[in-house]
Amino acid sequence: MDPGRFFAASRLLIVAGKGGVGKTVVTATVARAAARVGLSTLIVEVEGKSGLATMFGQQPLDYEEAVLSAGGGPAGEGEVRARTLTPDEALLDYLRDHGLSRISKRLVSSGALDVVATAAPGIKDILILGKVKQLERARGADLIVLDAPAAGHAITFLQSARALIDTVRVGPINAQARDVLAMLTDHARCRVMLVTLPEETPVNELVETAFSLEDRVGVGLGPVVVNGLYDELEGLMTPPDAAAEAAGTTLRAGEADALRAAAAFRTDRTVLQAEQVGRLADQLPLAQIRLPFVFTAEVGPAELDGLAGRFLAEITALPEVV
Amino acid sequence: MGASGPPLRELVEQRCILICCGSGGAGKTTIAAVLALEAARAGRRAVVVTIDPAKRLADALGLEGLTGSPSRIEGDWPGELWALMLDTKSTFDDLVAANASTPEQGQRILDNRFYRNISGALSGTQEYMAMEKLYELHQRTDFDLVVVDTPPTRNALDFIDAPRRLSRFLDHRLFRMITAPGRGVMKAVNVAAQTFLRTVAKVVGAEVIDDAVAFFQAFEGMEEGFRARADAVLQLLSDDDTAFVLVASPRRDTIEEAQFFAAKLAEADIAVRALVVNRMHPTFGEGLAEATSARAATLDGTDLGSLYRNLADFQLVASREEEHIAGLAEAVAPAPVVRVPFLPTDVHDLDGLTEVARFLL
Repeated sequence: MDPGRFFAASRLLIVAGKGGVGKTVVTATVARAAARVGLSTLIVEVEGKSGLATMFGQQPLDYEEAVLSAGGGPAGEGEVRARTLTPDEALLDYLRDHGLSRISKRLVSSGALDVVATAAPGIKDILILGKVKQLERARGADLIVLDAPAAGHAITFLQSARALIDTVRVGPINAQARDVLAMLTDHARCRVMLVTLPEETPVNELVETAFSLEDRVGVGLGPVVVNGLYDELEGLMTPPDAAAEAAGTTLRAGEADALRAAAAFRTDRTVLQAEQVGRLADQLPLAQIRLPFVFTAEVGPAELDGLAGRFLAEITALPEVV
Repeated sequence: MGASGPPLRELVEQRCILICCGSGGAGKTTIAAVLALEAARAGRRAVVVTIDPAKRLADALGLEGLTGSPSRIEGDWPGELWALMLDTKSTFDDLVAANASTPEQGQRILDNRFYRNISGALSGTQEYMAMEKLYELHQRTDFDLVVVDTPPTRNALDFIDAPRRLSRFLDHRLFRMITAPGRGVMKAVNVAAQTFLRTVAKVVGAEVIDDAVAFFQAFEGMEEGFRARADAVLQLLSDDDTAFVLVASPRRDTIEEAQFFAAKLAEADIAVRALVVNRMHPTFGEGLAEATSARAATLDGTDLGSLYRNLADFQLVASREEEHIAGLAEAVAPAPVVRVPFLPTDVHDLDGLTEVARFLL
């Protein structure tokens, strides 16, 4: 599939997954990949993650919108920007837009927001999603990538609109929730991309999340991202001594053991990972995008570009209809 | 490593409460289960409170659903092993019932829609109930050790702070105004509060506010009991018989979170007694990644080149992981650092827990 068409399928892409699966790296990768095919991209994150900006070689984000990578250049790249949204800030915006700025400060400072949020669960989520909807409507970027909250919160987060429509039956919040739900369930406006690792528990949890998001929220699911796969290396099955002989060299004492053990580790884990990828394909009829494990441990601009390149290659390899 | 031998042996054999904390996905549930299992092996009566176990581990522990009471896991050990999955709502219900001055007051609260939301929506409620459950199990005389897995929270203080935060919430100034209508000077303030609430109601709907007001009215008089209980729970957390075990994975972002966590615990005068780093990559050979990588480059295209490239990959990742851990280890010193390697399969049964135990004690 042509990456340009892939990204054009919806303006909003929500990246969701359990903690520890590399959701933020994937968010950055998607944004970088979109920028490389010329789309201006806005990353929205909701947890104050420090790592996002450093992947682009920038200072950590504060609450102002920041440019993470400039567009232009010979390749005509798009710009990547990012901003953090918090419920308190989204609430203040919301009240300002509704002519209620007079009470807004007091609502936050008195702690009454906590009370309201308890009275109507999901209100904080809806404030954030409402803001995202506003950004989507404003068409300030070709693509908005939302780094959804981690842990089990992704489902609650995305379900908040439906739940709130029942709790708050009238008024502006109800209208807000309806608008958000309309956006989430419109597959031409919004898609959810789930991220997992090629391991048993994360795969199980991804399958569960995928089904409940489809059933309970009605969102459109994009391809799933399997993150952290070891790239295969040719020749690891050759015994080190034989490989040395073939290369016309010799090994230092103890080296053969280290080479053999490391090769066995990668080979074994690659088999286990392949099993999990296969199991995921059996249980979930969604296309897969596979991203490599980054051995340097630190994702900086160079690694991110590598990942974005892989992401684009994986998209290109997908069939036309996903 | 501590002077007294295997790092976690002392905790499992001597302490009364172990709290496993750290960010989500680091393996807290597994570590908590291992600690309880090993306590049972040491002849103690141990119970583990889990929050959100992966399904196969839950099955292995005989946890078929949320229950308020522990179920016993039979096995070949001299002590006892019990497990329960935290049910936030029923724990809260019990707490309300215990504090209500009359059964009618208790029922009025339980029936209130706002109250029903508290158990699911108020941030920190799950953390609070985990601590409440811990307190309750500790008070019972049939357990020697209570191990708790904490919710995958990003805010380190959520579970230390949650009891106090909730009692503050219940004691909210604004709502004291509402629930004390027309008492002298308060009357004027009360009018202002009412005006404010009417404006809020315009945004979120009057029903929502009515529910909240009804809740705070029903709750009147119970704040004191809740506050006293919250203080008792906090007291228990800083007790000498209580130990915090910080669980992390060796990735930079989770290490940063763990570091933040450790700092917050230190601020609250709570020491981390052990750091468990889960899912470490193994170390192969003595060489440095840079040298191995250079060798791989000169042999590019040969099988030996691939073998070196692969070795360099793992040497690099292992050294980075050690770098990440170093800062955290320093922050929690003198707590021992326990490394648990990447295991070939996920841990989802007692054999798997036993395998992990080999690295912990």
